[in-house]
Amino acid sequence: MLLHLQRRLLAVLPIALGVSMICFLLVYLAPGDPLQTLLPPDADAETVAKLKQLYGLDRPLPLQYLAWLWQVMGGDLGQSIATGRPVLSEIRRSLGNTVLLAAVAVLIAFPLAMLLGTIAGYRSGGWMDRGVTGTAILGVSLPNYWLGIVLVILFSVELGWLPASGMGPDGSGTFNPLHWEQLRHIILPVVTLSMIPVGIIARTARASISEVMAQDFVTTLRANGLPERRVLRHAVKNALPSVLAVMGLQFGALMGGSILVETVFAWPGTGFLLSKAILTRDIPVLQGTILVLAMIFVATNLAVDLFQSSLDPRIKRG
Amino acid sequence: MSVTTTPAPVLAPPLAAPRSRGYWGTVGYRLRHDPVTLFFGALLLMIILSALFAPWLSPFDPYKESIIRRLKVPGYMGHLLGTDELGRDMLSRLLHGGRITLMMGFVPVLVATLVGGGLGILAGLAGGRVNALIMRVMDVFYAFPSVLLAVAISGAMGGGVFNALLALSLVFIPPLCRVAETATTQVRNLDFVDAARATGAKLHLVLWHHVLGNVLGPILVYASGMISVGILLGSGLSFLGLGVKPPEPDWGLMLNTLRQAIYVNPLLAALPGIAIFLTSVSINMVSDGLRSAMDVRL
Amino acid sequence: MSAAPLFLRDPRDVGGPAQPLLDVRDLRKHFPIRGGALQRVVAKVHAVDGVSFSVMKGETLGIVGESGCGKSTLARLLMRLVEPDSGEQVFDGEEVGSARGISVAGLRRQVQMVFQDSASSLNPRMPVQGSVAFGPRAHGMGPAESVALARELLQQVGLNPALFGPRYPHELSGGQKQRVNIARALALRPRMVILDEAVSALDKSVEAQVLNLLRSLKQQMNLTYIFISHDLSVVRWISDRVMVMYLGEVVEIGPAEQIYTAPRHPYTRALLASRPSMDPDHRLEEPPVTGDPPNPVNPPAGCRFHTRCPHAEAVCSARAPRLGLTQGARDHHAACHLHDPASGHSLAMVRH
Repeated sequence: MLLHLQRRLLAVLPIALGVSMICFLLVYLAPGDPLQTLLPPDADAETVAKLKQLYGLDRPLPLQYLAWLWQVMGGDLGQSIATGRPVLSEIRRSLGNTVLLAAVAVLIAFPLAMLLGTIAGYRSGGWMDRGVTGTAILGVSLPNYWLGIVLVILFSVELGWLPASGMGPDGSGTFNPLHWEQLRHIILPVVTLSMIPVGIIARTARASISEVMAQDFVTTLRANGLPERRVLRHAVKNALPSVLAVMGLQFGALMGGSILVETVFAWPGTGFLLSKAILTRDIPVLQGTILVLAMIFVATNLAVDLFQSSLDPRIKRG
Repeated sequence: MSVTTTPAPVLAPPLAAPRSRGYWGTVGYRLRHDPVTLFFGALLLMIILSALFAPWLSPFDPYKESIIRRLKVPGYMGHLLGTDELGRDMLSRLLHGGRITLMMGFVPVLVATLVGGGLGILAGLAGGRVNALIMRVMDVFYAFPSVLLAVAISGAMGGGVFNALLALSLVFIPPLCRVAETATTQVRNLDFVDAARATGAKLHLVLWHHVLGNVLGPILVYASGMISVGILLGSGLSFLGLGVKPPEPDWGLMLNTLRQAIYVNPLLAALPGIAIFLTSVSINMVSDGLRSAMDVRL
Repeated sequence: MSAAPLFLRDPRDVGGPAQPLLDVRDLRKHFPIRGGALQRVVAKVHAVDGVSFSVMKGETLGIVGESGCGKSTLARLLMRLVEPDSGEQVFDGEEVGSARGISVAGLRRQVQMVFQDSASSLNPRMPVQGSVAFGPRAHGMGPAESVALARELLQQVGLNPALFGPRYPHELSGGQKQRVNIARALALRPRMVILDEAVSALDKSVEAQVLNLLRSLKQQMNLTYIFISHDLSVVRWISDRVMVMYLGEVVEIGPAEQIYTAPRHPYTRALLASRPSMDPDHRLEEPPVTGDPPNPVNPPAGCRFHTRCPHAEAVCSARAPRLGLTQGARDHHAACHLHDPASGHSLAMVRH
């Protein structure tokens, strides 16, 4: 197991470096001089000189990358063009809100998806199965930002039950689940965001459960008079590891993928930050946020991988 | 798995064997007998044709603005689906908007199928270090959630249709490369490739007749499923202002600009989304039908 | 296609009947095991390790051994589907791959192979007559002509060409597929056919039919066979001579009758003892081989069989025995210290 851990960490390191390299190159993808990309248009000569020196923009690209990487490792992601604040503090203020959104969405998706997947997998091929599978296809075909708009039309505009955007009073502060006003604000974004994980987790659960149901020992257990409830419990237990793994992967993907939903609901998370950075062409914020989100994605994938191998005795050999 | 024992030599069995259709023949036969796939295929064809012939089908000029006709309900003054926030005809804009949205789905997948599929086949055939090099680079791109990668690239390069197409192509290359690599590695290790090599045939003949035909199927099925993802991502980019520039009509961008209309005429804001949804559902259903039709046990 | 009359010499026959059709000297293949991010070689599998033998014109050489002993790698090496690390391969007096000898493409026109897995050795997307016609087609025969040839060959292996020719592999049974594979191997009119476990996956009754077919085709087309199998009875039935392999090495080679009635190597005896015997009089008083063969990544030093051999002594783990002629038998070689009076093994002289 320790060997496996070591190997996985060694395998992730080059990927993380590659990810950082792509993020570094984003500045060069932008049209024009990278200096102009990184600085507000009204920057004074002193700031320009300082930045030039900091990044060594006249040095060859690999050296620039190493200098940049050194800065980043020290926690310096540059300064926002729009606000002038350090990029890291901008990300810090919004990261928690996105974690909250993604975590709640995945947690809500879990029971619903398990229920749907179990129903479908229990009698695979039956009409319930076809219904659930068909719904899953509809689910992944649905643009979730549009679903968000439709939900706003329904529940905010027409019915007036829930707020259309934002986080409510003292929004970007700490979230208090007992605070009714804050709770009202999170409902629509979370429901919208959980669409995709529901579909994907349900599909995983269905596959795993129908696989168990088709196995010979299940037939034997049934023939021996084991109650259906126990058979089902066994199947669900068997499905749990892979479902939990997919949940982890989905959490990582939602962290990076919530930009559209956050934009629709003006939810002050990293996605909304990105969306604002795009509108104002705030490249340092764009670069820093994408770096942080991609690294979180890499880290969750690694965590899921380690979690899975700790459960599966076959992987232990490494 | 039953192995029928046949008396040797088998020369004239009394019963006529079922006519062989061949692989693609069987796939075609199955598709023709699958009403759901046929229905969504027809729907998709209609959407594509109406986008293609938008200039001839549109009742109004999609760019013509009118201050007095803003956000009107369907049916108003001959506007079958009403008017948008600048008084332009919704139906005409939806018809024209399909062109760019569909392009966002098809072009990047085509590019990625050629580039990613090609790289994957190369990696699978070459094996060893070439394989490791190609696949490790793909792993890096795989380490981004797809939405994030698309936003990162087109966000850095600035908006515009070309940049969005480029970003989406880069998003789709790694998964297609992986699928192609897996399929090629599997086929390459099958004995019939060795048997073909053992005839002393030139390598390109072996690749063309024995490898490619067996690899193309899985790649195409996967690619067809990616088209709807491309449409969702592409209109998502437009929604964020990273795709088409106004006043160009595009479903994603329309969804964004019509957001302000939800308090006046909510139905209008929903229309472009319905168009995106219908398109992506039909592509998914056709892809799904194709997948099961091509799932011939060999 | 008509069978070549036996009394006429094949124009491709260079050296005459006394020259071996195939001569293999010290053939070696170690597969690298790569690991780590840089794909460096971390270990080597000793798949085929210094194998030498020859095959005479018109004979059938059987090759037996447990799975993993290097039989299949040897077959692929002989076809040059896998490049050998070292060793010589001489086909009818011409060295394979050397400037003055025969090219690999030239070799493949004269040597063909039938694979074990009849299902995976036919392209699922091609009608079987297409698979048979592929070789001639690739060598420049016209499309109509090559299909006609393919159909003729299908007829020859006992398949009705009108019925089976246009079919796809999944529409055929295992035995039928293997007949197609044989037809494909014959399409280039080879002089030698390597049969790698060609009947192992078939039902017993189908196996017998295919074996009979192979025997009659050999006579009709004047073929030489290398017949690789783990099934000792089948090998005995079809082979003139038999070669026994263990962990990438030849341990014994000789006339089939002698190998089966008077085996010299303890491994061969153990192999024969472990097969279900039909005849109680011919049961050998030798313990069967137990356990799995050692890992070919790190083969044992000295004699590779000493870890499982009932007669193993210090000399066996110290020195590798040479493949030498055994006493009292013509053309019968074994690689065992028991049969080398100079080996220093305590039983070396006692036995014979």
